Amino acid sequence: MNNLVVLPIIIPLITGLVLAIFNRQIRLHRLLSLLATLSISVVAILLMNQVAIDGPQILQLGNWEAPFGISLVADMLSAILVLTTGIVVSCCLLYAFASIGRERELKYFYPLVLFLLTGVNGSFLTGDIFNLFVCFEVMLVASYVLISLGGTKLQLRESFKYILVNLISSFLFLVSIAYLYGMLGSLNMAHLSARVAEAGQVGLLIPVSILFLIVFSIKAGLLLFYWLPGSYSAPPAVIGAIFAALLTKVGAYAIIRIFSLIFYHDPQITHSLIGILAGISMLLGAIGAVAYWDIKRILTYNVIISIGLILAGFASFNQIGLTGSVYYIVHDMLVKALIFLAGGTVIYVTGTSKIREISGLIQLHPQLGWMFFIGTLSLAGIPPLSGFVGKVLITGGTFQADYFWLGGIGLLTSLMALYSLMKIFMNCFWGNTELTPEMEKGSTRGLLFPIGILAALTFLLGLGAEGIYQYVELAAKGLLDPGIYIGAVLGSNPIP
Amino acid sequence: MKKSNDVILRTVAKVASVIIFTFAINLFFSGHHNPGGGFIGGLAFAAGLTLLFLSYDIASVYNNSMLDFKVLGAVGVLIAVLTGVAAMVLGKSFLTHNVARINLPLFGATQLATSVIFDIGVALAVIGTAVTIIMSIGNDRQ
Amino acid sequence: METLMSILVGLLFAIGTYLILSKRILRIILGTSIIGYAVNLLILTMGGLKTGAPPILGQEALSFTDPLPQALLLTAIVINFATTALILVLSYRAYQELGTDDMEELRGKEDE
Repeated sequence: MNNLVVLPIIIPLITGLVLAIFNRQIRLHRLLSLLATLSISVVAILLMNQVAIDGPQILQLGNWEAPFGISLVADMLSAILVLTTGIVVSCCLLYAFASIGRERELKYFYPLVLFLLTGVNGSFLTGDIFNLFVCFEVMLVASYVLISLGGTKLQLRESFKYILVNLISSFLFLVSIAYLYGMLGSLNMAHLSARVAEAGQVGLLIPVSILFLIVFSIKAGLLLFYWLPGSYSAPPAVIGAIFAALLTKVGAYAIIRIFSLIFYHDPQITHSLIGILAGISMLLGAIGAVAYWDIKRILTYNVIISIGLILAGFASFNQIGLTGSVYYIVHDMLVKALIFLAGGTVIYVTGTSKIREISGLIQLHPQLGWMFFIGTLSLAGIPPLSGFVGKVLITGGTFQADYFWLGGIGLLTSLMALYSLMKIFMNCFWGNTELTPEMEKGSTRGLLFPIGILAALTFLLGLGAEGIYQYVELAAKGLLDPGIYIGAVLGSNPIP
Repeated sequence: MKKSNDVILRTVAKVASVIIFTFAINLFFSGHHNPGGGFIGGLAFAAGLTLLFLSYDIASVYNNSMLDFKVLGAVGVLIAVLTGVAAMVLGKSFLTHNVARINLPLFGATQLATSVIFDIGVALAVIGTAVTIIMSIGNDRQ
Repeated sequence: METLMSILVGLLFAIGTYLILSKRILRIILGTSIIGYAVNLLILTMGGLKTGAPPILGQEALSFTDPLPQALLLTAIVINFATTALILVLSYRAYQELGTDDMEELRGKEDE
């Protein structure tokens, strides 16, 4: 029993509720929400150290023993992701202080972000598949409101599609949980894993596992990403950044968790299918990113490329590939937030998102330009930035698993992603400076600081890869050996 | 707005809402061992409020109740979460609850459970959200 | 009984899908809630439709129905209720703002 595990879930929940009660004090909102996200990061660091020493940390809610109650499990992967989430959301909040506007702040912006965080952390930490669904819904309902917050015409239209797609996939999620419960009679993920291992992953369990894959593919934007570009580019930059950094990663995490803990017996079918989906979505995402001449569109298509890459590493399902995947998720959460915020600042300053209409910004905003450049290089995987390590490991993993085509697609799409982002950089920052300081639509005051933190972090993650590597490796080991997770959750209880 | 002529509805609503509220409280307390509990009780209570909204206008009921239902919902969830935190403070697992049998002067031997406090939170949350939803859809008759 | 329920679930899914594919927002919302009911019935059926006492603690009854699907159902209903309410409010706002509830007309230009 370790009550620390529940803190990343209830800190944002309680803070969000308190803020919803005092809904007029904006200054209090800013202070408390930042404090909450920072304290989540601190808790996550504590958890990481405990997991590194003692193995996965467990909390049985209400003291109900494992297969009957709801367990919260913090293994290394969860702890790392919670830490990254805390840092990324802190930076996004700092950015929001200066950019989101009083009207949205009064409409519960900060409580909603905190509720979203509750759902995200809950999804990372839960050890119960139905609770995973509930946390997904908490996250999604908050995101529904965030995406339509402010209610411009574009937002209303896109949020309607977004809600509809996610509603249907939630129903499919419930259907697959119902089938799983009907077949195995349990909802605890460790218990499910033990029962699948006992009965063998045969017969109807394979279609059910594919159904889970479809559900999480919709949520993660793996191949079934048709809803993603429109809805992620509709809301303001900071909401787009939070979505791009967190929501799709939660879907990817769910795929990784389910297919490494429960359905890992038949990688010929499930994991090669994930590999194929990852390859196709990398290619399609890269084509989209290259084709568009609009900052928001290019950035959202880059989200799809990186989801493909993360799951390509997972599909190889060996130590190197999984280490690469975990490392790349962390990297991608930071860098996606970085380039979404930087791109959002460009749009904020110039008032347009069409890169053909912008030029020569580097004269006026050198720091912004270079930070965007760092993000671009990091995303493309240029050493010594953080993307490099992840890409090397993922490519190595796919080669080791004989998925040469998958590694090849990964490298090719990295080049295309680099091209698409350099397109933004060269068009927006180089060339004649047509904009004068007086013509700018908004000032960058207070906006550059959080972007700077994220840029520094991607440097640090690349240069300090040695220090982080041991934690990431531990996370990958835990994924390859589900016995660790099961042993920690079920303990010495006989498996009924 | 045209003056509405709904004497029957208003007269019935006055009596019926009291019955509904009483029934809701009864439902709430019969939880734990019988069908009922915070969620159902809260929904029944919200139904009673909705009847009042329908028969009178929203503004007058709202002004008389002097409650911001959004805040009520948030307070409800807060109470429910804090019961879990209380267990944490006492060194137990999050959300651990306890039961005690106490002899009360009027009721005799009574079973008191800390989960009642949790249920009060649930009931308030349900009332708050349900009424907020109804008002945000029905509140803008020009 | 289970067979009958499965057919019913299939039927509800078919109706819901048909409604979701139509153009009016209100019909789409009705479709999602009908699919929601279908899913709830499916959970109940997958838990096994047994006879016996309700799953409430007591000493008399010899067999109980499985309480877990009912707990899942309650949660699913609450979430369904919340999302339906949200999407109703949103569609109402969209109707006020855009003056139409036709998905076809909602499809505007890329940039406006």
